[in-house]
Amino acid sequence: MAINSDSESVVRPAEKGGVDYAGKKIGMWLFLFTELLFFGGMFLLYSVYRAQYPAEFHAGAQEENLLLGSINTTVLLTSSFTIALAIAAIRRGDRALSMYMQSLTILFGICFLIIKYFEWAAKISMGIYPDSQLLLNMGKGDILFFSLYFVMTGIHGIHVLIGAVAISIMLVYTWRGSINRNSFVRLENTGLYWHFVDIVWIYLFPLFYLVT
Amino acid sequence: MTEARADDMAQQEPSFYHEHGRYRGVFAWLMSTDHKRIGLMYLGALLSFFSVGVLLGVLIRLSLIAPGMVLNAQQYNEVFTVHGIIQIFLFIIPGIPVAFGNFFLPIMIGARDVAFPRLNRLTLWLYLAGAAIVLLSLFIKGEPPDTGWTFYAPYSIQTKANVSLAVLGVFVLGFSSIFTGLNFVTTIHRMRAPGMGWFRLPLFVWTLYATGWVQILATPVLAITLVFIILGRIFGVGFFDPSKGGDPILYEHLFWAYSHPAVYIMVLPAMGIISEVMPTFARHRIFGYKAIVYSALGIATVGYFVWGHHMFTSGMSDTARIVFSFITFLVAVPSGVKVFNWVATLYKGSIQVDSPLLFALSFIFLFSIGGLTGLIIGSLAPNLHVHGTYFIVAHFHYVMFGGVGFAIFAGLHYWFPKMFGRMFSEKVAKTGWAFLFVGFNVLYFSMFILGYQGMPRRYFEPPPQYHGWSVVSTIGSWLLAVGIIIIFSNLIRSLFKGPKASSNPWGGRTLEWSISSPPPAENFTEIPVIKEGFYGNK
Amino acid sequence: MNEERSYIPETAYASYALAWALLLALLILTIAVAKLSLLAAYSVIGSLFIATIKAGLVLMYFMHLGHEGRVVKGMLLLAVAALFFIIALTFSDVWYR
Repeated sequence: MAINSDSESVVRPAEKGGVDYAGKKIGMWLFLFTELLFFGGMFLLYSVYRAQYPAEFHAGAQEENLLLGSINTTVLLTSSFTIALAIAAIRRGDRALSMYMQSLTILFGICFLIIKYFEWAAKISMGIYPDSQLLLNMGKGDILFFSLYFVMTGIHGIHVLIGAVAISIMLVYTWRGSINRNSFVRLENTGLYWHFVDIVWIYLFPLFYLVT
Repeated sequence: MTEARADDMAQQEPSFYHEHGRYRGVFAWLMSTDHKRIGLMYLGALLSFFSVGVLLGVLIRLSLIAPGMVLNAQQYNEVFTVHGIIQIFLFIIPGIPVAFGNFFLPIMIGARDVAFPRLNRLTLWLYLAGAAIVLLSLFIKGEPPDTGWTFYAPYSIQTKANVSLAVLGVFVLGFSSIFTGLNFVTTIHRMRAPGMGWFRLPLFVWTLYATGWVQILATPVLAITLVFIILGRIFGVGFFDPSKGGDPILYEHLFWAYSHPAVYIMVLPAMGIISEVMPTFARHRIFGYKAIVYSALGIATVGYFVWGHHMFTSGMSDTARIVFSFITFLVAVPSGVKVFNWVATLYKGSIQVDSPLLFALSFIFLFSIGGLTGLIIGSLAPNLHVHGTYFIVAHFHYVMFGGVGFAIFAGLHYWFPKMFGRMFSEKVAKTGWAFLFVGFNVLYFSMFILGYQGMPRRYFEPPPQYHGWSVVSTIGSWLLAVGIIIIFSNLIRSLFKGPKASSNPWGGRTLEWSISSPPPAENFTEIPVIKEGFYGNK
Repeated sequence: MNEERSYIPETAYASYALAWALLLALLILTIAVAKLSLLAAYSVIGSLFIATIKAGLVLMYFMHLGHEGRVVKGMLLLAVAALFFIIALTFSDVWYR
């Protein structure tokens, strides 16, 4: 019989030592939903202000560096690929490949943050950052666009950083062998988190770089 | 009834109080992952904050009949802000789920612990850290927060008071709440004992489930809103500042998109307690088990979309006002269903009037007043007149304190023997209840009258024509405080001197009454197999 | 550490590679749609539509949503619906003010 997370008819006895595999997955998905609503608050602000200042948001998006944005999207999509491979590898018992892929994912995450840093630095050196005199002299729509840009990419960046730290911890567990082909739900859940952060970026990218 | 039977005592296993784990002393508690210990620590913290909050409330009432004699205007603003923050964020929102939920949820579904015991411990630490940060904002250099507990922008972004710190504290508390909800939902999905189908779940568990979802889906919205305030204060991000293109009304949307569902985070589990207490003391099966379940889910769903009724006078569009007013009326329906179910449970029961039932019956009465006045202010035209008055203050205290507060007292007396293994004095408990009930109504019903007459909220010095009822209300606050003192001293005394409680002093039918009082370390020697529902339902 | 077996079947490396290739193709497509002056009028709808397809690919291939039970799928629906209604109700104010 396929073990399904909704096999409610077969209710497992609750033993000491926490919840079963399906429960751990449910817990992680629930956490991702809280993250969805957390970012949702930002997307709400974005959509309201975009509806109020379409022209300024249009102009703002053209100020963004599309090349760097596209590279960063590629980096993050690829990192989702590598973390998926890391999980597939550990399930086949290929610890070396899994650790290699996890390390690669962390590197991609750091790479993403470095590119982001250069993007921010370029803006700040131009005098564009929240509450800067240059920005305050612009129109209200521009102030909102660039404030949203900094806040949303910034909070997304923090999530990338948290994800990279989490994967580093998983890397140590894999190295020590507590994550192995029979016990990998922690790595799987970390992967889910990483993919979620990727999905957020999939929406952030067109909203700030493309929509014209 | 208060005497434990000899044979009952003979089969007592060592209780969880004897299971220290790896640590001793205070760390045996702080480091414990046992849901019962965590629940009790929460309970202690909550009731301590509640007492402080009540004290501040009494101070507010005192200041209102003699403005300037007790507090000056700035201090008055600070005291009512701190009163709100403590009672809302430190006491009543975490309230029932973290204390009674933690202690009884796993037992009631036949589990040994929650799904994620270490995450559960983390929520306690986050709660304590958040509380510490909030309290720090009162005592460090600078002024305590003076924004009201709602932190309305743009004032919260401009004021010189320590708002950033208080907001950070609430943010941390929010995480605690999110993880608790996540933990409970997972626990209910995966940890039920064999045979415990969804429609055999005790009603308290059902309400915790609905609450868990609201915690998961609403709290993050508050978290991001609070982040915006902090960013506004530190980096000058002007999302809610009109001079920078921002829209202060959007702050209110985001804030109430959490804080109205938060009302249901508080009220739903309160309804769960009442649904446990009523059938036990009516000695009668619960009337309409499924109706209670579906109405709980209905309240959680519809209650998620009514937040705009806090904003009828804020300058929101007419369309939105009509939409929100309509949905507000809808949410009254499932609440009404529940009230009828509880009352009908009493019908043909052999009712035993013990203190938990008195608190539960008071809940039904006071919550009905709170709910029905909610309909008055949920309709647009009356709302415009009374929104800025004490009518609102009276309404939400009837719901929060008359509803949730009395349910917490009901739960406290109902489960006290189970949690501590001791009985309390029934006579003193009833005396305390009488003071509390009378004091409560004198205190807050006067506010309905004052509000109806037009006395404005938040004023430091109310116009003189309202002085008479103000004095009545303040006298009520003293009666209420006396009631709380009687209740607490009775319970504290019983902790040490109370007679030993039997495993089932009230004749309850859910699983927690099938194990000894206090429960053994891992709740059950053998996981029970559930053959039928607990209230005579299948 | 004893753990229950995963209900998610082992996936071929190639299937992940395929998803990755599709995602990159969609990335190029979404840039093209936005930059071609012909389609510029549809850039908002188009970009968000493509983004949703990309998110769907990540969910189905990388996060194995298809192999989760009805519980998780239902929960996801609930969360997305909640967010949708919050935004919709807020717009009932913003649009008509």
